[in-house]
Amino acid sequence: MNAAGEKTEAGPTRRTLVGVYAALIALLALTVGAAWLPLHAWAVPVALAIAGAKTALVFLFFMQVRYQRGLVPLFAVAGFYWLALIGALTFADYLTRG
Amino acid sequence: MTEILPAAGTAEMPFSDVAQRSRAQHLGMWTFLATEILFFGGLFTCYAIYRWHYPEGFAEGSHHLDLMIGTINTGVLLTSSLCVALGDHAIKLGARRTLGWCLAVAWLLGAVFLALKGHEYAVKFHEHLVPGPLFEAQGAHAAEVEMFIFLYFAMTGLHAAHMIAGLGALGWLLWLIARRRPAEALHAPVAMVGLYWHFVDVVWVFLFPLLYLIRR
Repeated sequence: MNAAGEKTEAGPTRRTLVGVYAALIALLALTVGAAWLPLHAWAVPVALAIAGAKTALVFLFFMQVRYQRGLVPLFAVAGFYWLALIGALTFADYLTRG
Repeated sequence: MTEILPAAGTAEMPFSDVAQRSRAQHLGMWTFLATEILFFGGLFTCYAIYRWHYPEGFAEGSHHLDLMIGTINTGVLLTSSLCVALGDHAIKLGARRTLGWCLAVAWLLGAVFLALKGHEYAVKFHEHLVPGPLFEAQGAHAAEVEMFIFLYFAMTGLHAAHMIAGLGALGWLLWLIARRRPAEALHAPVAMVGLYWHFVDVVWVFLFPLLYLIRR
């Protein structure tokens, strides 16, 4: 309900938004801290996983994908799908060079 | 852009009603953001290729960046996104003044981000760590460091250009509020600019660890 009493779309509450923000800051601290750990080959996957978690939080709650149905969630991930294609085809070349 | 909605729930052609117009607007903005993912994605792919080939040079290049400023800037952008999200929440309840404050703080935080970025760039110029003929570096990996520095400027520069556009968009929203647009007329602009602003924040969320946090 908005101020005029009309029905509005669902959305995150203020508490949810602040909670998500706290999680984002915690993940920021985590990614900075993890940079000093001797993760070796795992360093990049861990960094990307943390960045991915922050992205998911922003997409779902700040950009409200969690509260939408139908085509919006599909469009939201579509760009990543095509980016994955770019990455896969590019590295298919590099990784198969003799 | 319609100035005032003709009547609650109705919308002008080609939209059948406000709900349908809202769905169309969301899909349109998400389509644009998908193209942005690919736009930045090209640079990220380039980064992946060269980091994979030159891990030492990239680590050395990363150590030249100011981790403190990078971390602060990430926090600044996350906070500005919170402000925009709270503003969107406020305007759904008709709270135009709250929206105005939220957007003003978000705008200021965005400006702080760009100021810190500008400072970083200035330091890089003094250190001769800029792409082009002015580049100077010593060591076995100098050429690889130069590639890292090129990608650093290209990726953060493209991001900064998007930030400037975002500040313009936020400024436009503040102008709409100053011109006393009714709350209902602000829903869609705030939602669309919000999507763009959050997206630019997400790009930085990926840039930060990939550029600043290599093997510390």
